[in-house]
Amino acid sequence: MDASIAVTLILTLKVAAWATAINLVLGSAVGWLLARRHFAGRDLVDAVLTLPLVLPPTVLGYYLLVIIGKRGWLGSWLNQSFGINLIFTWQGAVIAATIVAFPLILRSARTAFESVDPQLEQAARVLGLNEWALFFRVTLPMAWPGILGGTLLVFARALGEFGATLMVAGSIPGRTQTLSIAVFEAVQAGQDDMATFLVAITSIVCVTVLLAAGRLAPRSGAR
Amino acid sequence: MTPTVLRRSALAALCTLCALGAQAADLTVSAAASLTNAFKALGPAFEAENAGTKVVFNFAASDALLAQIVKGAPADVFASADQEAMDKADAQKVVAAGTRRNFVGNSLVMIVPSDSKLGLKAPADLLKPDVKRVAIGNPASVPVGRYAKGSLEAAKLWSAVEPKAVLAQSVRQALDYVARGEVEAGFVYSTDAAIMKYKVSVVATLPTETAITYPIAVVAGAPNADAARRFLDFLATPASQAVLARHGFGKP
Repeated sequence: MDASIAVTLILTLKVAAWATAINLVLGSAVGWLLARRHFAGRDLVDAVLTLPLVLPPTVLGYYLLVIIGKRGWLGSWLNQSFGINLIFTWQGAVIAATIVAFPLILRSARTAFESVDPQLEQAARVLGLNEWALFFRVTLPMAWPGILGGTLLVFARALGEFGATLMVAGSIPGRTQTLSIAVFEAVQAGQDDMATFLVAITSIVCVTVLLAAGRLAPRSGAR
Repeated sequence: MTPTVLRRSALAALCTLCALGAQAADLTVSAAASLTNAFKALGPAFEAENAGTKVVFNFAASDALLAQIVKGAPADVFASADQEAMDKADAQKVVAAGTRRNFVGNSLVMIVPSDSKLGLKAPADLLKPDVKRVAIGNPASVPVGRYAKGSLEAAKLWSAVEPKAVLAQSVRQALDYVARGEVEAGFVYSTDAAIMKYKVSVVATLPTETAITYPIAVVAGAPNADAARRFLDFLATPASQAVLARHGFGKP
């Protein structure tokens, strides 16, 4: 039983880590785009990308089933062209967690980029930095504390993701059963001892993450 | 408005809310997911015979319902899809003594998506490499999963099928997985397969160690125990049994 709980814990951390990594890249990129570029339909894009924050996870889960399911328009193409199947896989769980947590990093990153003084960027341009160097050496470092805060939120949210994950990845012990789903299963089966144990582990993991966040954030913030 | 009027309207609003929250005439029936369609068809008939009583259904896997009742959910009737869940209820004394009875029977079937081209005909075909995933109710909380596991164990197939198992939260979720083609096969009751007969095909009816019978009982301390007893009697009437039979349920 201990071995299976360890597997569940590692799987949960793996899914959350992947979702966080993907969101860090995507969220920063889109956040920068929304903060610095003005284009037609920007508000609409922002609204659509923020949708996962307010939509019920079951609605997201259903969308995902319809899109990446074996008979979904994207899923059937992936399946026939590459033999890739995402439903009931940990990769499917990563997709669900990524989408659910995306608005958290998007909001943080957009605000962080918006708070960077454009005059500083202008000064860097005058001093001869090209746009890539400008982003990685001036804009990103200045926006970093805000983005890091969003990243930790994403990790915490991905760690606890339940609804959409259950619909898309199912509950396969050792393969797609994350901590939150294992808790649900234990309660459903009336195994209160197991549920209590899993809840304790989840709480310890979350407190550890928050403590780590507290130690990390100021140091990264102090440039 | 004067403060007195305000206070009175606040009081009136509060009373309305309280009345909405606890309707004495509600009969809450916690029933196995496989009973969904049949019980929904029976609900209006019971309400017609018992004026003033509103039947509220709560459908889920039997053990999930049991866990809710043990934690104090205000259910009046508990209908389980297997004896094991009701035995657990008995052992924990959450059902009223002497009210337990069996009211319908069912059978276990193996289903495949109706457009399946794998030619699966029997549980032994699940060992084929083309079969990647099989939907089975979680044996820890879903009776149909226990029946399926027992049947596969008896056929010495469980250890080979288990790694392919996608555990469903209820029989209806297993049905949905097969209907969407996300799994190559699944185990449900014949009554469930019948409600999606255009999307799933029954390829085999499986023997089970014990006959599949559904027990029902009045919950101990039921808020509406009288109506609960009447509901149990109502299910035994020929008219109700005919409705259950029309939904594919057999005699217990």
